[in-house]
Amino acid sequence: MLDGRGSIRRRAGARLWLSALWLALFVLAALLAPWISPHDPLAQDLMLGRLPPAWMAGAEPGYWLGTDSLGRDVLSRIIHGARIALIVALIAGTATCLLGSTLGLVAGFYRGWADRLISRLVDIWMAFPPVLFAILLIAVLGTGLTSVILAIVIIDWTRFCRVVRAETLNQSKMDYVHSAKVAGFTRLRTLVAEILPNVLPTIIALLTLEMGIAVIVEAILSFVNLSISTDQPTWGGMIAEGRTSIHQAWWVLVFPLIALFFTVLAFAQFGDGLRERFDPVLR
Amino acid sequence: MMLLRQTVSRLITTLITLFGVAVIVFVVIRVVPGNPIAMMLPPGATEADIERLKTLYGLDKSIFEQFVIWFGNVLHGDFGTSISTRQPVLSLVLDRLPATLELSIIALVMAVAIGVTLAILGTRFRGRKTEAGIDVANGVGLSVPDFLWGLALILLFGVLWPVFQISGRVSPRLELPFTSQFYLFESVLRLRFDILADLLSHMFMPALALALPLAAIISQLLKQSLKETVNLDYSVLARTKGYSETKVILSEALPNSILPTLTLVGVQFTFLIGGTVIIERLLSYEGLGNMAIDAVINRDLPLIQGIVILFAILFTFVNLAVDMTYAFLNPKLRHA
Repeated sequence: MLDGRGSIRRRAGARLWLSALWLALFVLAALLAPWISPHDPLAQDLMLGRLPPAWMAGAEPGYWLGTDSLGRDVLSRIIHGARIALIVALIAGTATCLLGSTLGLVAGFYRGWADRLISRLVDIWMAFPPVLFAILLIAVLGTGLTSVILAIVIIDWTRFCRVVRAETLNQSKMDYVHSAKVAGFTRLRTLVAEILPNVLPTIIALLTLEMGIAVIVEAILSFVNLSISTDQPTWGGMIAEGRTSIHQAWWVLVFPLIALFFTVLAFAQFGDGLRERFDPVLR
Repeated sequence: MMLLRQTVSRLITTLITLFGVAVIVFVVIRVVPGNPIAMMLPPGATEADIERLKTLYGLDKSIFEQFVIWFGNVLHGDFGTSISTRQPVLSLVLDRLPATLELSIIALVMAVAIGVTLAILGTRFRGRKTEAGIDVANGVGLSVPDFLWGLALILLFGVLWPVFQISGRVSPRLELPFTSQFYLFESVLRLRFDILADLLSHMFMPALALALPLAAIISQLLKQSLKETVNLDYSVLARTKGYSETKVILSEALPNSILPTLTLVGVQFTFLIGGTVIIERLLSYEGLGNMAIDAVINRDLPLIQGIVILFAILFTFVNLAVDMTYAFLNPKLRHA
């Protein structure tokens, strides 16, 4: 038998650092986009259309990952696309987390009619296919960054609510909650000062997961051309363009896909890694 | 007795959920900015035309009365007329439903096959490199959603090694002798294996993209419970009786680990069905999801509304069926 625990810890450590490294690159690319991208992401040059990446025959120097059908530099568009992805991840992720976790804490701790109402709402929400719900909301709210963020929050709060409610229910049965009651803590103080810190590791792991999901939802909406204006480069938009010309220029699809793939993977693995590292039971 | 009472209360919550769905859909559709009537009329319509249509659709009444009328129509199966095709929404939607159902079921079968195989392999070779490899695969499968798998598969099997059909449901050159939209089902019944092969070739990529995340979940959970059961007394007894390790896993551990996995598969199946919306779009598969996205692009609100409600009904009944199956299979609930 292998030393199970040791190998699992080492693997978890490598996973945490690799995903942190990719996320750091992602954030830097987004912040420094205007300074580090080699070309203007919107500059079209039909003479330079569908140039292959630098290591292939027929490439033009300076266009490292090639160009799309309009002659726009793929690398610069990926770097600029990281900006929208980062904004959506941070704002939509955090807002979804706040709304869902609050409702979950309230339902799990106060029980009674609040719990019945919130749980019924979750049931109703679970009856909608998320992507279809998102598309429907965008159709109603109109396209644009605010609509995309709002749609993600409206759809995905249930993910936090379900998990946080269950976790709060468990914590509420613990001895320390009884002690707090005996010590004369108010209900609100027990919830915020005693239960919340114990539910927090779960919430944080879910939050990073949700950031990855937000990036994907934005990409899906861009893919069906329902996200933000088309002159802003987005990974989903690039993928949609690349999809139509895969037989002529595969690089227009492959590189944004790789960026999206690793970003989503990194968010999920980072959350898991954090939880394993800070969960007192696993540690 | 308890089973009966549970069934009744579960049916009641299902109805409440469906009513809630109707309310939400109504609210979302009615807060639409811009006048829905204006979108139904050709340009140059007069003020009187607008008023007449408003009365026709009951839009001059209070929002509560509008809901009652709308809900009554929905209960009668009247979802209105599609704006873009001028056909009744119900027949359009029911025409596309079989394509999506067939895709979802094939994807489910693939997910179970892959997930169970990996779980058994991981348990058989536990503590070795094989298990570590399966763990990594599960981790990636869990974190990467169907949309990205679909794109990766297009590159792999559509471009690099083009063995599967990259778009559509069936090759247009084939003459279809079918009377229903359940092509897959009918091609088997009529023994038309040429059409069956074509259908499966089109279905392979969308179904696999939908199956991979679920396969990872099944593999992870089943492996965990298998690893617990292979150390229990009856597995040890089987081993002392001279059963091979593989036989212990298949005939002793597996039947005892299947129940928790089954519940999970049921819940996750609704997520899989939800995934068809974007996957059908990605691979131009002519199902409900693809139709929904077209409806949104054409701002065909009656059609979107019909599709959303149909999906919600489907989801709620899958959940109901899973709960009921679980109740029947779980001896603790059956004999109580």
